[in-house]
Amino acid sequence: MLNQTPTAKSTLKALLYLAPLLVLTAVFILWPLLNAFLISLYTKYNYYTGHVGALGWANFGYLWHDPTFHLAARNTLLLVLVAVPVSVALALAIALGINQIPRLADFFQTVYFLPFVTSTVAIGLVWNWIFRLDGGLLNRLLSLLHIPAIDWLNDPHYSLGALIIVCIWQGLGFNIILFLAGLNHIDHRFARAAELDGASDWQRFTNVTWPLLMPITILVIVNTSITNFKVFDQVYALFHGAAGPGDADLTLMVYLYQKFYVENQMAVAAACGVVLFLCVSVLTLITVGYFHHRQRQLGGR
Amino acid sequence: MRVTLKNITLAYDQQPPILTNFDCQIPDGQLTALLGPSGSGKSTLLNLIAGLLTPNAGQIIFDQTDVTATDSRHRNIGMVFQDYALYPHLTVRDNIGFPLKMAHVKKAARYQRVAELAELVQVTDQLSKFPQELSGGQQQRVAIARALAKQPNLLLLDEPLSSLDATLREELRGVIRQIQRTTGVTTVLVTHDQEDALQVADQIMVLANGRLQQVGSGGDLYQHPTNLTVAQFIGRPRINVVPLGLLPAEFKSLLPTTTQATTLGIRSEAIRLATADRHRLTATVIQQIQLGRDVQTHLQTALGPLVSTAIPTTTATTLAITLAPTGCTLFAADGHSLVGGDRDA
Repeated sequence: MLNQTPTAKSTLKALLYLAPLLVLTAVFILWPLLNAFLISLYTKYNYYTGHVGALGWANFGYLWHDPTFHLAARNTLLLVLVAVPVSVALALAIALGINQIPRLADFFQTVYFLPFVTSTVAIGLVWNWIFRLDGGLLNRLLSLLHIPAIDWLNDPHYSLGALIIVCIWQGLGFNIILFLAGLNHIDHRFARAAELDGASDWQRFTNVTWPLLMPITILVIVNTSITNFKVFDQVYALFHGAAGPGDADLTLMVYLYQKFYVENQMAVAAACGVVLFLCVSVLTLITVGYFHHRQRQLGGR
Repeated sequence: MRVTLKNITLAYDQQPPILTNFDCQIPDGQLTALLGPSGSGKSTLLNLIAGLLTPNAGQIIFDQTDVTATDSRHRNIGMVFQDYALYPHLTVRDNIGFPLKMAHVKKAARYQRVAELAELVQVTDQLSKFPQELSGGQQQRVAIARALAKQPNLLLLDEPLSSLDATLREELRGVIRQIQRTTGVTTVLVTHDQEDALQVADQIMVLANGRLQQVGSGGDLYQHPTNLTVAQFIGRPRINVVPLGLLPAEFKSLLPTTTQATTLGIRSEAIRLATADRHRLTATVIQQIQLGRDVQTHLQTALGPLVSTAIPTTTATTLAITLAPTGCTLFAADGHSLVGGDRDA
């Protein structure tokens, strides 16, 4: 019934139906999340006995003064700041290209999407070979351009670059798919109207396609940023469990991993997790804010 | 600007051609309506003129210039689409100014022109709004203003009224008429609704089955249809069509004598109550419907079912009716009209 208003009884009934999923969510998502927050506040904490000495901000203070954390934060930010714009721009350009050739679109979509569904370990192996100093594909290509070979994976100057290349490459397929979906969503009438209104191809892109593609672009940017903030497995696979030469590829997630599993500093790891969580949350909030603004503007709803 | 279409042929892959060797001419400075049922090729024709479709053969000529191979964006055409196609991310002001922005007109000059156009289509108080905040009629006004912004040589309106309700249609017809008169721009209006065409156009081109059936004023089309297709398409209720063989001999003396005629078309207002003793036909009243000012009477006669609008409300079940010769047109077996529409006969 359309005019039914929720009552205490109907709400209870609904909750009962939802209970299985709610319980699972609470146990496996909400509780660990809450726990991570709590652990980040434990000082003098013994993970094995569960003994908590005191509550406080000491773990965050530790992070604030830890040069390794600074390095991890700097690497992660650099990764996000380089990989995200390049990945988004590249994905948009490729999507626009694919959109022009409907016949081969399916083939290219599949090709670009493959990295996204391939195991990171396999990808790590392949890229290990591509990046090899002698006989690696990349260095062979560079030698064709008369650029001396680079030891991508062992030279601390280049190893972060190598990681960024892998991250861009891996995320590209998904972003292309999103952009293609966005492009298909734009009504062809607008392109026709713009052409009759005298817009050149470039004007049509900047004045019509690009603004109408903005929501999907924001989605892609945020999604790519979040993915790149959390880079871990690529590092693990590329550098065989290490954080690259001289910690050059130490990201926040790798830092967290090392603190937790290697150094047994659970509370510091949890605090690092909270910092990462805040970064991602701020990004998400900005996006949500943008969409609200946009929707008000466009729909008045 | 005069538009000439010469020998146009258009076909899509593996389909029968939509237009074959099509010729027509759209006169300068007038409002021409392309009227036809759906599938008649009228929107195709408009897209050809706009340059959104390229003909397989033939020429499109604007005044003396052949534009067949010219891009849409260089043809200087304003077009209004059926569903407006206003840019959703731009305000009404920027929508109207869009063609000017594309032509790199400075902002001040652009907004000056937008203000004039907004005045013309009466949307001045809506300029800061987004298209979604406007009603259908307002959106259509904005679309017309946008189409006029760059002072096009030709204004194309593709079914501009078909998604509006009756009251708004009536109002927008007036707007279109008045704007065309004010600006004097050569205008082509595509519609499937004869009332749009009859109320707005200087001349009407009737299209059916990919052919130009007749060109003329609303009066011409109604009184002197060149063929049965036009006769059946123009006028409501539809013209009554009866095989000539069923007509009693005494009626034939009312009509001009021809040997080729096989079909008689009788306008509804030509079927009247019989007053004289001669030329009488017995009719059974099936139904009477009051449609505003008119009364439609559905009759069953020896000629088959007929519809009349000249019979006053009655309670009788059987009537004696007659035919007024002025509302009758004879058609040959191939559909051409023999009397009345003498142009093509």
